[in-house]
Amino acid sequence: MSVRTLSINGQQVSAPAEATVLEAARDAGITIPTLCHLDGLSDVGACRLCLVEITGSNKLQPACHTRVAEGMEVQTETPRLQQYRRMVVELLFAERNHVCAVCVANGHCELQNLARALGMYHVRFDYLSPTCAVDITHSRFGIDHNRCVLCARCVRACDEVEGVHTWDIAGRGVASRVISDLDQPWGESTSCTACGKCVLACPTGAIFRRGVTVGEMERDSAKIRFIVEARNQRW
Amino acid sequence: MPQMIMIDPVSRIEGHAKITIHLDDAGQVEQARFHVTEFRGFEQFCVGRPFWEMPGITARICGICPISHVLASARAGDAILAADVPPAAEKLRRLMNMGQLVQSHALSFFHLSAPDLLLGMDSDPATRNVFGLMAAEPELARGGIRLRQLGQEIIEYLGGRKIHPSWAVPGGVRSPLSREHATALQERLPEALQTTHQALALFKGLIERFSAEVASFGNVPSLFLGMVGPDGRWEHHGEKLRIVDETGSVLRDQLDGARYREFISEATEAWTYLKSPFYTPLGRQQGAYRVGPLARLNVCNYMGTPAAEAELAEFRQRAGAPALSSFYYHYARLIEILACLERIEQLLEDDDLFSNRLRAEAGVNQYIGVGVSEAPRGTLFHDYTVDANGLIQAVNFIIATGQNNPAMNQAVTQVAQRFVHGPTIPEGALNRMEASIRAFDPCLSCSTHASGHLLLDVRLLDAAGNLLDHVAR
Repeated sequence: MSVRTLSINGQQVSAPAEATVLEAARDAGITIPTLCHLDGLSDVGACRLCLVEITGSNKLQPACHTRVAEGMEVQTETPRLQQYRRMVVELLFAERNHVCAVCVANGHCELQNLARALGMYHVRFDYLSPTCAVDITHSRFGIDHNRCVLCARCVRACDEVEGVHTWDIAGRGVASRVISDLDQPWGESTSCTACGKCVLACPTGAIFRRGVTVGEMERDSAKIRFIVEARNQRW
Repeated sequence: MPQMIMIDPVSRIEGHAKITIHLDDAGQVEQARFHVTEFRGFEQFCVGRPFWEMPGITARICGICPISHVLASARAGDAILAADVPPAAEKLRRLMNMGQLVQSHALSFFHLSAPDLLLGMDSDPATRNVFGLMAAEPELARGGIRLRQLGQEIIEYLGGRKIHPSWAVPGGVRSPLSREHATALQERLPEALQTTHQALALFKGLIERFSAEVASFGNVPSLFLGMVGPDGRWEHHGEKLRIVDETGSVLRDQLDGARYREFISEATEAWTYLKSPFYTPLGRQQGAYRVGPLARLNVCNYMGTPAAEAELAEFRQRAGAPALSSFYYHYARLIEILACLERIEQLLEDDDLFSNRLRAEAGVNQYIGVGVSEAPRGTLFHDYTVDANGLIQAVNFIIATGQNNPAMNQAVTQVAQRFVHGPTIPEGALNRMEASIRAFDPCLSCSTHASGHLLLDVRLLDAAGNLLDHVAR
C-alpha cells in the first residue's frame, strides 16, 4: 500500500494513496462537515458541505471526492469555507419546509446538527415554501418530501446495499423529488423489500417509521457501514 | 347621535382582541362587542399531515395550555386507531391534565386577575399587574407562582419539558412517571394546598366588595356544558358530557363527545375570527352555552374529594346553583385547583403511573376520530378525518373560548352599560371591561388557531361607524 503525505490545516498527515481528503482528515481527527456522505455508500459530492481549499487550485474541492496527493496542502476551516457552508445549510432550510419543532427527527437530525455546528441562527433567504406531499402508503414507513434535502443517501443505500434501486430522483433543480419505482406511491412499489435501509440512511426526518411522533425518529445510520463491511469480509 | 368606543387591544389575556362599544343617540350604551383579531389557520395547514403527528403540531397552538391540545389530539388519534388505551396511559394522561389545570388556573388567577381583585379595579394601571401584586402581597404572589410551577413540573416530569411536550400519542403516552418525581411532587403538595386554601379564603372575603362586578360581569342566563363521570362526578378527562340549563336542570346527560355534531353547531360573525358554537336543539340565541370552571362546577353533582366537596357546597350557597355570574369563574377556578391537588395526591399512590405498558399500536381503523378533553378554559374538541393511510383530510377544532363567545359579548355589554356613560371611557370602566373578559380566561391564540402577543384596544364609535374615542395599551 503506497502512502501519500499531505498537510491539512498545517498538520502533517499520511494516508493511503487511494484515500480521499475526507478520509485522511477523519483519520487525523480533523472534522469536515458532511451531509450527503454516509460511510458504506459511494460518494456523490452533492451537498457541497465538505468543500475544502487546496493550495494551487482556485476551485473549492469536495473532500469526499478528492484523492489525496503527495505534498497537497489542504485548508478545511477558512472564513470563506465557513461562510459558504452556513449558506449551503441556509439554502437547504429555505428550499423546503423544515419545521424542527414538530419534526419526528427533532434532536436526531443531521441537518439540524449541521445548522447548530455552523452557527446558523437564522435564514437570510426567502423561504420557497413549496407544496410537498407526504407519502405514507407503505405499510411500515413514510416519506415526507418537506424534509428531504436530496442528499440521495436513500437512493444509494437502496441501490448499492440492498441492491434493489427502488428509489431514484426525478425532475431537475428545485423541482427534483425522490421517487419510488416509476414515480408511484411507495406502498405500490413492486421492487421495495421493506428492508428499511433508506430509513437508516436518511439524515433528516424525511424517511421515517410509521407512527413516530415528534423527536422519536432515532436511527443508527452506522449500520449501513456495518452491513457493507461485514458483507465484504465474508470468506 | 349614536357613537362607538373602541378598546384595542385588550390586555392581560392570552391572545389579541379589541372591544367596541356602540352608543345610541342619547349617548347610552347600546351594545358592546368582543372582537378577536388574530387568525391562525391550524385547521387548514394540518391537512396532509399524518394523524400521529397531530398532538405535536396542535400543542403549538398554545403555550399556556398545550397539554389540552396534546390530550384532545391523542384521543382523536385513539379513535382513528379504534384501540383501547392502556389503563396506565389513561391515568398518566389524567395526571398531566390536572397539572395543566393547576398551572393554567394559577396563571389566570394569580398572575392575570389577582391584580384587579386585590389591588382594585380602579387602581393605577402602572402597578395593576403581577409586579404590583408582588409588592403588595409578596407571600400570596410567591405562593401563586409556586403553585403554577408545581403544575408545570408535573407536565415536565411526564413529558420531558414544560411547554409543548409531544408526550401523549395516538394509543397512549410515551413515558411513565419516575418514582423520584412522584416523591418530589408529593413533597410539594402540602404547600400548594395551603396556597389554594389561602387564595380561596381571600377571594371569599372579597366577594362583598365586588357586588357590582358580580352583577355585571356576564351575569346572564345560559346553558352550561362540561364533563362529568357516570354518576355526575366532576371530571376533566375521558368521560361524557352533560348540558344543564340556567335553572340547573339537566338537559342532556352522558353525551358522547365524539358525536358533538349531533348537538353542537357553529356560527361565524363578520366582526371576529372567533366561532360561536351553540346547542343545536335550542338554536343560536337560546342555545348559547358556557364552558370552563364555572360550567364544570355547575354541571357536576359532586367533586369527589373532601376539601373540594366542602368548597363546592359553599360555592353553591354563595354563588347560586347554577352560578350565573361569570365573575365566579375565578372562584370556580380556585375550587378546581383544590380538586386537582387532592386528586393528584390520590393518584400518586397508584403504581400504574410507573408502568411501561403505555402505548397501544394499531393501524387506521376508522376514518373519523374525535377527541374531547376538559381544557382549563372548557371543553375542547379535536375532530379529524383521515384517508386510508392516515393522512389528515379535514380538521375541526371547537375551542373552549369560542364556546364562551356569546357570554363574553354579553359580559362586555353589561359592564359597558353599567360603567360607561357618554363618549369618553373612564379608566376604571375600561379596566372592568377587560376584567370581565379576563374572568373567562380566554385563550384567543387557541381559539382562532393565531399569532403574536396581546394587548387591549377599545374603540367608541357612533351609529355611522365614526371613531369617537380610542383607548389602547
